[in-house]
Amino acid sequence: MDLSAINPILFIAGFLVAATPLIFAAIGELVTEKAGVLNLGVEGMMITGAICGFAIAVETGSPLMGFAAAAVGGALLSLLFAFLTQVTLANQVASGLALTLFGLGLSALLGQSYVGIKPPRLGDMNFGPLADIPVLGPILFTHDIILYLGFALVAATWAVLKFTRAGLILRAVGESHDAAHALGYKVVRIRTLAIMFGGACAGLGGAYISLIRVPQWTEGMTAGVGWIALALVVFASWKPWRLLLGAYLFGGITQLQLNLQGVGVAIPVEYLAMSPYLITIIVLVILSRDKSAAPACLGRTFHASS
Amino acid sequence: MIRLEKRPQPSRAFSLATPLLAVLATMFFGGLLFFALGKDPLASIQTIFWEPLFGEFSFFYRPQLLIKGAPLVLIAIGLSLGFKAGIWNIGAEGQYIMGALFGAGVGLAFYPVEGFYVFPLMVLAGAFGGWLWAMIPALLKVKFGTNEILVSLMLVYVAEQFLASMSLGLMKNPEGFGFPGSRNLQQYASAHNADLIAGTGMHWGVVAAMIAVIFAYVLLTKHRLGFAIRVTGEAPRAAKFSGVNPTRLVLICMGMSGLLAGLAGLFEVSGPAGQVTIDFNVGYGFTAIIVAFLGRLHPVGILLAGLLMALTYIGGDIAQSKLGLPAAAIQVFQGMLLFFLLALDMFTNYRLRLGRTEAA
Amino acid sequence: MTQTPLLDLSGLTKAYPGVVANDDVSLTIAPGEVHALLGENGAGKSTLVKMIYGLVKPDAGHMKMFGQPFTPTEPRAARAAGVGMVFQHFSLFDALSVAENIALGMENAPKMNALSQQIRAVSDTYGLPLSPDRVVGDLSAGERQRVEIIRCLLQEPKLLIMDEPTSVLTPQEVEILFKTLRKLSAEGTAILYISHKLEEIRALCDSATILRLGKVVGHCVPRETSARDMAEMMVGKLLQTPMRAGKTPGDVVLELKNLSARSPSAFGMPLRDISVCVQAGEVLGIGGVAGNGQDELLAALSGEMLTAPGMVSFKGRDVSLLGPTPRRSMGILSAPEERLGHAAAPDMSLTENAMLTAAARENLDRGGMLDWGAARIFAEKIIEIFDVRTPGPGNAARSLSGGNLQKFVIGREVLQRPDLLVVNQPTWGVDASAAAAIRQALLDLAENGTALVVISQDLDELMETSDRFAALNEGRLSPPRPAQGLTVDEIGLMMGGAHGMEVAHV
Repeated sequence: MDLSAINPILFIAGFLVAATPLIFAAIGELVTEKAGVLNLGVEGMMITGAICGFAIAVETGSPLMGFAAAAVGGALLSLLFAFLTQVTLANQVASGLALTLFGLGLSALLGQSYVGIKPPRLGDMNFGPLADIPVLGPILFTHDIILYLGFALVAATWAVLKFTRAGLILRAVGESHDAAHALGYKVVRIRTLAIMFGGACAGLGGAYISLIRVPQWTEGMTAGVGWIALALVVFASWKPWRLLLGAYLFGGITQLQLNLQGVGVAIPVEYLAMSPYLITIIVLVILSRDKSAAPACLGRTFHASS
Repeated sequence: MIRLEKRPQPSRAFSLATPLLAVLATMFFGGLLFFALGKDPLASIQTIFWEPLFGEFSFFYRPQLLIKGAPLVLIAIGLSLGFKAGIWNIGAEGQYIMGALFGAGVGLAFYPVEGFYVFPLMVLAGAFGGWLWAMIPALLKVKFGTNEILVSLMLVYVAEQFLASMSLGLMKNPEGFGFPGSRNLQQYASAHNADLIAGTGMHWGVVAAMIAVIFAYVLLTKHRLGFAIRVTGEAPRAAKFSGVNPTRLVLICMGMSGLLAGLAGLFEVSGPAGQVTIDFNVGYGFTAIIVAFLGRLHPVGILLAGLLMALTYIGGDIAQSKLGLPAAAIQVFQGMLLFFLLALDMFTNYRLRLGRTEAA
Repeated sequence: MTQTPLLDLSGLTKAYPGVVANDDVSLTIAPGEVHALLGENGAGKSTLVKMIYGLVKPDAGHMKMFGQPFTPTEPRAARAAGVGMVFQHFSLFDALSVAENIALGMENAPKMNALSQQIRAVSDTYGLPLSPDRVVGDLSAGERQRVEIIRCLLQEPKLLIMDEPTSVLTPQEVEILFKTLRKLSAEGTAILYISHKLEEIRALCDSATILRLGKVVGHCVPRETSARDMAEMMVGKLLQTPMRAGKTPGDVVLELKNLSARSPSAFGMPLRDISVCVQAGEVLGIGGVAGNGQDELLAALSGEMLTAPGMVSFKGRDVSLLGPTPRRSMGILSAPEERLGHAAAPDMSLTENAMLTAAARENLDRGGMLDWGAARIFAEKIIEIFDVRTPGPGNAARSLSGGNLQKFVIGREVLQRPDLLVVNQPTWGVDASAAAAIRQALLDLAENGTALVVISQDLDELMETSDRFAALNEGRLSPPRPAQGLTVDEIGLMMGGAHGMEVAHV
């Protein structure tokens, strides 16, 4: 074993990449949950976004078109969830599971003819001389635009939730749908929009895996990232900046175990591959004691009866 | 405008009718999907639902129905107890794997000793393995309030890695010429979960599934514990008021579902699958979630739903080889079924009213 | 009336499946008038104000405001037209701050800093002290009401609707509220005041419209009409006041010693050092504004919430560590406030709901196997003896009206021959005749030697049923005093007075 074979600069740059799918999926779910909706279908929406993005990127030759398609695909799938939970008032846990099972099947179906293809590459942003700064340059300024978009999305979500009226209304709906309804806010409409935002973000996160991180298409390639994103929202106590921190933590762990596999540590590969999931559990245990930050109406069905 | 109005009480008729309507809707939209894939929709639907039961080779497929249905029913029965109480164990796939590993491990440890006691010990070990894996999320939930959905699911991925490690390492067949996978238990008489009547598909797992159905039925309708489960799901505060201990209930429900999933894994690995391989699990643990809901969390419903879902598996295989229908199409088909069921379920508790909407 | 009425309702009708909530209702309100809307639960008061506030659309009839047609399609429109409403169940968001809550209720909320200024200004003008930065979940019921009132006042409404505003206030707080309302009225704001408390209406209102079963049954000037006459119009018949005979209490049944416990819920109230005894045949009435530990006290007695050893004893035996089932077997029964979801499972049948608490004492549980036949018979017995209106015990709890379900819930416990019965808000939201029946059943039980703890926010009910009275305030219980001869002022002080409001009001 030779730990010095791990290049710290590449490692940090790598974990920023590993964290990005998580950031997208988790920030989308955070907004959805802030509106009081628990969508367990993140994994399904991610994998659907992964294949939609991949397919369109391959067909059009434009990775950015791919990302746009991934957002649309994720949002469309989430619309199914919105229909089930907001219109037919189905149980949110069951509907989320259904979405994941359906998404996994749908993506496998859509992706049949895309196995083994290389997608077009999305070039890195050009920061000019910034990229030449020692250490910081390669870490911070050698990435694609989507990675920066993820960071910007966290900042924007934080600002919108904290400072704008739209954010206040969203939080209000998540805190008490009955009170929000009594004040004349359209609970179902607001929640549907939040669910679609979550779907679009999850789709982007999925496409980031299939177009940039891996990059190729295999069935079930999200491998639980959607679920980790759900855990991350709990970890972050529904706070955007903590979410960013958590995503980097998990990205770091994922990257570390991959690097360790690469340098041939004495730990069997399978046990290294388990580690992100085990650490997710441990983190959940540590942070689950305080639930006070959760939106009060999270997961509850709303039916306007007058 | 159409609006929803809550029924004064749940409709029994719709509660029975929704699964049937969901199946019909799925057939229709599934047919459209198959059509979109360039297949003849009627032929596809017929191949999936008719061929295995009454087709030319039904003598071969009918036993498969039991073989594929048994694990689904066994797991779904366990899950339904928790789901009814609002306890969401969705990691049955992991418990299934661990049950198989524990059970097969005991069998492989005895190899090549023949003895009547080997198989019963494997059954116990399998049940224990599944139970143990389910107790992790259960204990974390009652001790720390950790979300059991996420933990049980994370443990599926852990179990899959564990399975990979076992089938490539500790349990690898020393006489297997380096191929991954354990010894084949079908060739080890004391450990083989063979057909009880040759050629019927009737193995011990089927018997266990039948017992589980009856047990769950009696539990839910006649026993205090079943009542506690139902009240907890309907109104947790009322359950607590009536004296139900929520902590105990979580441990019992998670434990039972893990135990049954573990059993299903053991019966599979020692019977139809035969050996521990890196991918011997085929997602029964997840499909069983659909089965549980499709069966309306009712034991008899789950029995029927399990058989139906087994039918789509077998029919899907046939359609794959005969019509070239992709395997993923069947997965989509099964997902659709759950969607329609959840959507139509609304009519059990609400009815549609035509008329003006209320403001907001 | 010479001037154009502010609000003119004529022929308003609204039907729901199976019930006509409002039938041809007409009334007028002048600017600055304090108008009472009087009626029993289910008389149609809520539906009427929901129509004015744009939450419900009338099937027939007209509304005019200052002579112009007024057809609000949503609360936003009603608010824009100058209607403000303070709900009985506050539409507030616990986790948000006072200012955020108020901003949500405004069409064009100013920036948070400016809004906080406005809130301070209005609260000073009207003597409603409130800090804009506090989290609403931490406020007392009275303070929460202030949030709602200030939210309305910031819109400078022409008509302020108040739905049962005093049910969450101590008598002293009621006085302060009335001063605010009179000040508003003097400035020309009309107030539509919904209540069933007659003395309040006589003290505050200029005119009154009385509703019964959705119809207007009369108008009157409250100051010139006796409470008794108004009650008769409201109920339609004379009510029997529950009867009780004098008796001497027996042995001590319940003893609480320094009972302290944290609340299981996030915004709940902890119990603080409660010590009290209840004797056989005695009714201890516990008053207090909602949210001062009532739910927690019931939970500590029912066994839902366990406490440290020695804090709760029953007939000399420490039961602090026993759960609900063993306590029931011993004879400690209870009926919580929330009927749907706590005392009863909404979607389950009455038979199943009978099983819920009667399994132990009615021998419905035989070694774990449940005797559904016997449960059904017991449910039928409750339905018959307590006159529960339902097609049968197979019907779901939620299909019953509030009053009928409450009779079922109380009946279920009463018929199990309790030695100690604890009830919280036994007649909340129940029509007058059902309420009288329930109170009578409780008194009969005491007559036969049961010790009772009646927790309620309805002071009339407490005075009617209790032998001794105590009040919960911030989780503390005042020393109990004989109920007979207690004045409203004394009770108010036991309940915590005006919760520090006098200071701001001077």
